[in-house]
Amino acid sequence: MSSRVRMIVFAVGALGMVVLFATGFRRLPDFGGTFHPYGDRTVREALRQATPNVVSSINFDQRVLDTVGEELILFASALGAVVLLRAVDHEETESGTRHGHGAAEVFEALRLVGVVLLPITLVTGGYIVAHGQLSPGGGFQGGVVLGTAIHLIYLAGDYPALTRLRPVPLFEVGEAVAAGAFVALALLAVGAVPALNVAVGIEVGCALVLLIAKFFDQALLVGADGR
Amino acid sequence: MSGMLDHLPYLAAGWIMLVGVYGIVTSRDLIHAVVCLSVSQSGTYVLLLAIGYRKEATAPVFSDVQPGTVSVVDPVVQAMALTDVVVGATVTALLLALTVQVARRCGTLDPDELRSLEP
Amino acid sequence: MTDPLVAVALGLVVVMASGVVLTREPVRQAIALSVYGLTLGVLFVVLQAPDVAMSQLAVGTVVLPLIVVLAIHAARRHRGDR
Repeated sequence: MSSRVRMIVFAVGALGMVVLFATGFRRLPDFGGTFHPYGDRTVREALRQATPNVVSSINFDQRVLDTVGEELILFASALGAVVLLRAVDHEETESGTRHGHGAAEVFEALRLVGVVLLPITLVTGGYIVAHGQLSPGGGFQGGVVLGTAIHLIYLAGDYPALTRLRPVPLFEVGEAVAAGAFVALALLAVGAVPALNVAVGIEVGCALVLLIAKFFDQALLVGADGR
Repeated sequence: MSGMLDHLPYLAAGWIMLVGVYGIVTSRDLIHAVVCLSVSQSGTYVLLLAIGYRKEATAPVFSDVQPGTVSVVDPVVQAMALTDVVVGATVTALLLALTVQVARRCGTLDPDELRSLEP
Repeated sequence: MTDPLVAVALGLVVVMASGVVLTREPVRQAIALSVYGLTLGVLFVVLQAPDVAMSQLAVGTVVLPLIVVLAIHAARRHRGDR
């Protein structure tokens, strides 16, 4: 359909959505109100299980089956993205159209900042994962910090060092083992919030490193004609 | 009119969702469309957290406050939004991998030119 | 009436969301997406949700724009093959 017709259909649909939103939101409790029955119950339960961070307690203790589902969605979409990008990889390697990039020419100060910040961010990520049940933090947040911290090496200009320090098979195995361990722990060891945090942290970190690695492969390798 | 103002955060979340869909409808580049989908998804995070907010309350973490002395916001919606953010990013990555494959097979990322499924 | 801090944070988020959608050029949109992730993180902190803010800041400011820019670069290599 032409773009004009598309806009008209969208306008009609959007108008309907606005009417639905307005009538629906009018019935919601006031913003900032005091009616949160589910919240009160979960806070009581978390304090009974001696977990100060109520959000972690909900994610890994009270509603851990929901988190298992989310975890498996993450695993499946990371797997799907890696498989899709790997298919393009194979076609290109077989046709011999790949070369590599060397280290970039960057200022020494940038390289120094990258080298200094890398262990700090790795330790911070580990801290966030380990203290998930005591203060704000947990497996998901710490896993994302860990997964992105390692790319400081790339930002400091040294892509070959990143490929050496990041053996892809190790991260694939790590992600799969962590996902399996998380599911097993969630079903068998009820209430082991620290162990579940660690499993999720490893899984999310490895999944992100794998995803970004595949995207790097696609974007940074030059074809035979130099493009 | 103050009744409408009290529901302003919910309307803001609805606006974000709709503006994301508008971006997808009027997009001329598949990657732009994927980013607009991610924006639309973030509208749901705002809606969830706005529902759980409680005035004069603090975060649902008891590491520094004694339980029972101060009220906390609803932690259930925060637990939902937290995992949602990370999983949403991974699904966006899957969509971007699909667009890279589309670019390879069809040579273009313009939705208007990608009419038929033939290569 | 809502707290002025919440109102300002919400206003920033709404403006940035419209900005991201109205930025048509994909590379510029990735930068706008990064700033949008930052404003969302600030809104989450103001709404007393530190866990969600942590997730959002790490994911929305770093991971999402990074994979968008890498995908643009990868797609540009393949575009014009046909």
